[in-house]
Amino acid sequence: MTEVSDQIKQVVENEDVALFMKGTPQLVMCGNSQRALEALRRAGAPVTVVDVLPDPRIREELSALSGWPTIPQVFVRGELVGGADIVEELEASGELEATLREKLGEDYGATEERVVTVT
Amino acid sequence: MTERLEQQLREAFPGDEVAVEDRTGGGDHFQVTVTSARFDGLSLVEQHRLVYDALATPLADGTIHELRIKTKGSQ
Repeated sequence: MTEVSDQIKQVVENEDVALFMKGTPQLVMCGNSQRALEALRRAGAPVTVVDVLPDPRIREELSALSGWPTIPQVFVRGELVGGADIVEELEASGELEATLREKLGEDYGATEERVVTVT
Repeated sequence: MTERLEQQLREAFPGDEVAVEDRTGGGDHFQVTVTSARFDGLSLVEQHRLVYDALATPLADGTIHELRIKTKGSQ
């Protein structure tokens, strides 16, 4: 069993698009998490989701790593893109899709949303 | 609470336009809008970090349950 912080780091660094949210796509527990998820879906992002609610350490370690105090947090190839407001704004302007194309390739596309558990 | 947050933002962004809206009337869900030349040339992540820094205390102590941020540069 690796440390919570190591598992978070692995998700951030290894997943194309990582969304740390309250709840899961099946049961979203927070309006801002819903907004971020929907913006990513509109952009067709291949999202890997981590629910931060099961263990308060996930949120603590994530914020320590990213320096971002709130949930949700979206990362593309290891880089913090922002929270719900930024992701919505970037999606509306087309910049989110541009970033995804640039970082993941022109033919990036949504596979099924994946939920990863950090324990 | 809205006034307290506005005051903290004004201290962090002196002379700039700041607005705080209590979105639900419950005193814990806020929309803040800040217009500042300090945002010019910064990424959105960097801009929002400045707002988070200004509101670090109410964010850390749970006063703010949900925060929406809109930042605008001087142009």
